[in-house]
Amino acid sequence: MSTSRRVLMAGAAPLAALAVAVVLSSIVLLASGSNPLEAYGDMIGHASKLETQVDMLNRATPLYLSAVAVAIGFRMNLFNIGVEGQYLLAFIVAAHLGAQVELPTALHVAFIMAAAMVVGGVFSGAAGVLKVTRGINEVISTIMLNAVAISGLAAWWIVEWQAGGEISTTGGRVGTEPIADRGLLPDMNGLVEMFTREIAQGKKLTGMLLVAVAVGGLYSTALNRTVFGFELRASGANPFAAHAGGVSPGRMVVAAMTLSGMVAGLVGMTELMNTGFYPSNPVAGLGFAGIAVALLGRNHPVGVAVAALIFAFLDVSSGILQISGAASREIVVIMQGVIILTAVIAYEIVRRVRERDEAAAAAAAMAAGT
Amino acid sequence: MAPAIELRGITKRFPGVVANDGIDLTVAEGEIHAICGENGAGKSTLMKILYGMQAPDSGTVTIDGRPVELGSPARAIEAGIGMVHQHFMLADQLTVLENVILGAEPMRSFGRIDFEAARSHLKEVGQAYGLDVNPDDLVETLEVGERQRVEIIKVLYRGARILILDEPTAVLVPQEVDELFRNMRELKAAGTTILFIDHKLDEVLEIADAVTVLRQGRAVGTVNPGAVTAHDLAEMMIGSELPVPDAGSSTVTDEAALVIDGLTVTDGDRAVVDSVSLRVHRGEIVGIAGVEGNGQAELVSAVLGILEPDAGAVALMGQDLTGRPVRRRRRMGLGYVPQDRQREGLLLGAALWENTALGHQTKAPYSRGPWLSRAGMKDRASQVTSGFDVRTPGIDVAAHALSGGNQQKLIVGREMVAGPVVLIANHPTRGIDVGAQAAVWDDIREARAQGLATLLVSADLDELIGLSDVIVVMLRGRLVARLDPAEVTPRDLGAYMTGAALEAAAP
Repeated sequence: MSTSRRVLMAGAAPLAALAVAVVLSSIVLLASGSNPLEAYGDMIGHASKLETQVDMLNRATPLYLSAVAVAIGFRMNLFNIGVEGQYLLAFIVAAHLGAQVELPTALHVAFIMAAAMVVGGVFSGAAGVLKVTRGINEVISTIMLNAVAISGLAAWWIVEWQAGGEISTTGGRVGTEPIADRGLLPDMNGLVEMFTREIAQGKKLTGMLLVAVAVGGLYSTALNRTVFGFELRASGANPFAAHAGGVSPGRMVVAAMTLSGMVAGLVGMTELMNTGFYPSNPVAGLGFAGIAVALLGRNHPVGVAVAALIFAFLDVSSGILQISGAASREIVVIMQGVIILTAVIAYEIVRRVRERDEAAAAAAAMAAGT
Repeated sequence: MAPAIELRGITKRFPGVVANDGIDLTVAEGEIHAICGENGAGKSTLMKILYGMQAPDSGTVTIDGRPVELGSPARAIEAGIGMVHQHFMLADQLTVLENVILGAEPMRSFGRIDFEAARSHLKEVGQAYGLDVNPDDLVETLEVGERQRVEIIKVLYRGARILILDEPTAVLVPQEVDELFRNMRELKAAGTTILFIDHKLDEVLEIADAVTVLRQGRAVGTVNPGAVTAHDLAEMMIGSELPVPDAGSSTVTDEAALVIDGLTVTDGDRAVVDSVSLRVHRGEIVGIAGVEGNGQAELVSAVLGILEPDAGAVALMGQDLTGRPVRRRRRMGLGYVPQDRQREGLLLGAALWENTALGHQTKAPYSRGPWLSRAGMKDRASQVTSGFDVRTPGIDVAAHALSGGNQQKLIVGREMVAGPVVLIANHPTRGIDVGAQAAVWDDIREARAQGLATLLVSADLDELIGLSDVIVVMLRGRLVARLDPAEVTPRDLGAYMTGAALEAAAP
């Protein structure tokens, strides 16, 4: 198969999925009595504003981290549904610990992030250990651990670590003790404004964007360029062949789950680095959304980034639809669902076409050789 | 009288290959008709078409003079065609009777199964065809040959008059083959038409009334077995001279490369490998014969390090391997050609150059420290594909695109270029065609001449006898005989494998 055809096919699937999703969403919009063109016009018009783009990136950043966490598991045929619990638990512990220490800026930020990664890694790694030693499916254990983390530990500690010791308000904000400003990652407004106009409405572009980019780079490098990544992919593709090839399956399960949890631990840092404390109602649902984003992005470092941006675009669009009244805001949820479904189907079609092409080429080579 | 089966111009294309190319086939009623051909010659596709599992692109099927459209196995069964697959499809936890009636249960009122009717019908079928089974035995307690008989009865119970047997002898030892042939003759006497696929040409000549040879999707001819030799048939199959396994002169040294000492592996209370001791010297091929399931798989797994032995030790070039993980063993020079290449040997979705690194990924030139070396991996992949005649359009294609024989050559090549000290070859030529088989034999022989110690596990007795310097027989986890391949025949081996020879020798 020629390279151009290969590239074309790789790009065709997501584009086709997007097109079908737009068509289906239009039908839904028409059925609900809205004008699709008007709704799309509002969404795109809104997204062309600098402030909305900042919102999109702020939303895409934790989505991307969450999706990478899920993707690390997927690469090894592990389904880490526990990213949700891992990041919220990491969030609250890091917020609490971060408020207890006083360190120079860089060290303070690093300490908080490290704490979050350790908590996420240990909590997720535990599911890996359970799988290896006790044969418990990680889907079950991570769902259970979600309950332990969210309804259990986090719900307990938010009371225990409440600023002021009891249910109180710190400047109207209920939550953990705030972290000193020098423990927070600075925003990137200054950097962006070198190229654009001033960002208005008090929006701040999160510094975690750079961390997410770095994590994406590390993920890509580790997966494709290291022996560890090769073994991870091999174990995911065929655990028996990997085992016969000297890869210990148990070790890889624990390693993959731990790494997945470490990245998951960073998800909540976008909010923490912005506000400085763990509130009574943190941004939730990012762990589950990450599963969809990983699926859409095919666990590929760049694909997942594109998927995170699409989801973030739809998320921030829901607000403007509500304001403009062009359509119900729930339409974006429908679109997200439809995109996932069509993408999964499109990827499968492309995979089959590719396999057929390869088989034909190999058969041709056989025939030529005899 | 109209022939039982008449196929005209059957053509079936798959992406990139013509599996069946205008095949004509006529089978008379009450005939035992053999279909021979190399892997990929189109035998299985033809049988699947006849059993309604696949639709031909063109061509007609006529059964008993009536043209039929076989859209599904259900339609084929209606037309009186039954198939016994190579891999048995029986539920181990059910009795013979339950297995036979599964999916065709005679019913009484309120959805109750009429076991009495089933039992008497089963008895009738058994008597009519001279097939002896106990309806109340649990299938898991049966020997392979008995399970096969259950499969045949299952088909006859449904009223089949045309029986398709897909490589029925592949899983049997010679004594069981005799039993099968006796059954086949009785079936024939009762008027059943039998179509069977077989690789073993001596068997074909012994049992068949007519033999059709397929080559590259075409029927190259139908011959009378009385008029041809096995050699003729083989040449029809491959269209050229036939390779034979031949170890050549001995290269055995007295340096023990692999020492297995009192190795025991238990599964529950049962010792599946029972204090096995064995030495493989440099330049030596030790063949392990045995009916499958007698501990060979566990022995191989324990040597490789996938399975923890309960007692005993394995040493490689004098170094004890106890407690060492697979990776350490492989790094010390243990090569492995797995029994099931797709399960244990390949990453089917990954490119060939990644597959050729698997098992050696921690060594140069595949990697440097923690970093993969793509250039090194691709270099080696090219070396493997060209050096071991792997027919492929390139090293970037995925492994699933290759035919079985080429996949196998890729695995053998991958292990050989790594320069192993000891090679475990577990059924190294299972399910590959004659050409690839000869290539694999050559590779093993060549490495042997350079001092490779090989532990060869195989079900192909000719391969064992032809390649090995010494053959040991494994029965119920123990090594029960040590034989000289120069003096042993496949029939003798079969007797040792089933334990018959030992009982005869016992006082």
